[in-house]
Amino acid sequence: MNVTALVPLAVVLPLFGAGLAFALGRSARAQRVVSLAVLALMVVIAAVLVVQADANGPQVVNVGGWDAPLGISLVADRLSALMLLISAVVALSVLVYSLGQGVVEYGPDTPLSVYHPTFLVLVAGVANAFLSGDLFNLYVGFEILLAASYVLLTLGGTGERIRAGTTYVVVSLVSSIIFLTALALTYAATGTVGLAHLAGRLDELPDAVALLIQLMLLTAFAIKAAVFPLSAWLPDSYPTAPAPVTAVFAGLLTKVGVYAIIRTQTLLFPDSALSDLLMWAALLTMVIGILGAVAQNDIKRMLSFTLVSHIGYMVFGIALASDAGLSGAIYYVVHHIVIQTNLFLVAGLIERRGGSTSLERLGGLAKLSPVLALLFFVPAMNLAGIPPFSGFLGKLGLMQAGVDDGGALAYALVVGSVATSLLTLYAMAKAWNRAFWQAPNPVGPRETTDLHRKPVRPDSPEPAGRLATVAMRGALAGPAAGLALVGLAMTIFAGPLFALTDRAASDLRERTPYIEAVLPAGAP
Amino acid sequence: MSANLTLVALVGVLFAAGVYLLLERSLTRVLIGVILIGNGVNTLFLVASGRAGRAPIVGLNEVDEMSDPLPQALVLTAIVITLGVTAFLLAMAYRAGQLHEHDDVQDDVEDAVIRRRAERDEASSTYDDSAGGTMDEEGADEPAGVGSGGSASPGAGPGRQVGPEGESR
Repeated sequence: MNVTALVPLAVVLPLFGAGLAFALGRSARAQRVVSLAVLALMVVIAAVLVVQADANGPQVVNVGGWDAPLGISLVADRLSALMLLISAVVALSVLVYSLGQGVVEYGPDTPLSVYHPTFLVLVAGVANAFLSGDLFNLYVGFEILLAASYVLLTLGGTGERIRAGTTYVVVSLVSSIIFLTALALTYAATGTVGLAHLAGRLDELPDAVALLIQLMLLTAFAIKAAVFPLSAWLPDSYPTAPAPVTAVFAGLLTKVGVYAIIRTQTLLFPDSALSDLLMWAALLTMVIGILGAVAQNDIKRMLSFTLVSHIGYMVFGIALASDAGLSGAIYYVVHHIVIQTNLFLVAGLIERRGGSTSLERLGGLAKLSPVLALLFFVPAMNLAGIPPFSGFLGKLGLMQAGVDDGGALAYALVVGSVATSLLTLYAMAKAWNRAFWQAPNPVGPRETTDLHRKPVRPDSPEPAGRLATVAMRGALAGPAAGLALVGLAMTIFAGPLFALTDRAASDLRERTPYIEAVLPAGAP
Repeated sequence: MSANLTLVALVGVLFAAGVYLLLERSLTRVLIGVILIGNGVNTLFLVASGRAGRAPIVGLNEVDEMSDPLPQALVLTAIVITLGVTAFLLAMAYRAGQLHEHDDVQDDVEDAVIRRRAERDEASSTYDDSAGGTMDEEGADEPAGVGSGGSASPGAGPGRQVGPEGESR
């Protein structure tokens, strides 16, 4: 079998699964089987693609048999395949978690029939965005995943979710419009939207026109990635969604934006005039994001702010535009997808156990549930960058790249990332002390705002049978523990992983492997 | 390539009106703004496609006389996407109207709580372990409209529209 056939499968399979799950909406069990099977297959496909792309160069499929400058191509190079793999792993974990949550909290007979299809559509959109070799197809991928995310964020249509969803949808729409406008201008200026084709043609444009296109694309992606001046929407909208939805959003959606920035900056605008601007954006994202996190009183909101803050590290690596910087950024993206998703899943567990995610209401959880304490402690320390963990390795790689660069701004960023790391540790320690170590709170969990409301129907019956309950508890804690283990594995296999990201980064900087794979006959 | 100035001017007008409406607080007006800008972008694609020509069918017309088919394909895709998003925004505006009897974009409650606390320069209530600080009374002025989690999503398809469920009615 031809391995390149797997590339479109990564997009088509979840879409097909979504249709099937929607048709099977009446049977919760069938939906679960379909979603699990599709995502498990995705992990396998993505793993094969990583191996193939690493061994044999970018895997290219020209959809419909039309060759590259005319047709749409899907490309799995080292970066895309790696991102696809880690996204599939995270999506699978979150799905298992939401299965556990769905059965425990809503009872086995009352599932949300729309959840599974939408989740699969989201995964298809993410896969399409990662694999797209065409700027317009990238836009379509974004729209697929955004449309799915609108539905997931407003699931249930409660007042608080509609409020948060409104902000999210409007901001996302603005970003999409900017992207689409940039596409129209790109086509007007160059007559193509294929990435590989554009790479050659943008070089021939007058500097001012290319700069305009670059700025518009960067703005659109920076809104999606939540880079500082454009990040205010994120901590407002994410925390209100159900725990698994927040987890998958935090892990994947912003990283798709980061991926798009990496792809366009390296392939289309290699001699970027905007490196300094990106450095400033990275510094402000880090520092202002983490200062926001320190002020928060709610674990989910605090995690949302750390999410914004740590996007700054990735932008830092991109702005350096060196092999080491890009490699560090890619490693950090992979690390951060896993850890941030993990922390949001644990926040969901805390909400279930303690009845709230507000630090005002929690307390004494370490005694109540030592396993939960461990599940929180490991990724929290990983995020803060305590030495043996992957967070430390990622930050170290970026800082080394910053020192190698040697510029004053790069040094300022190195200092900024150390400060951000320390403040992350402070925020995590604060959450740890107050939720886990502090004596049980005399105020206790009680009715507060919708944000702190436990998403449990008070009258929902526990599933019958003790065995079923135990299995479902396992389905909740298992993915969190699994992701923590993936995070640890990224420390143990840091050598091979960093070697892979190094190769991916040098591919990106050279540009030729990508361009030659898509346009073997050269650009017309 | 010669650009059509009338179309360019139209794009400018559509964008200006759309941006003005986007900055409004009512979701319905935002929606109209999105539609206007969406049409502006579609027109921009028409500008990008160059002069009009004959149908781009090989064998029927000379290649020199054909119009550029790609922007038309892109515009069609963009129109379909805008349609879907418009439907979703309408459903959301309707739901917001059901819950609050208006569809204005609201402020972030938790953010306001933290901002007020910063203005008064106080720590959170449990900081010094003395129970029941002032922050606990803050909950009183937070908006209602907090019901049990509904079981369906708006826009989930015909027959799945969520009823009012008695929330804030």
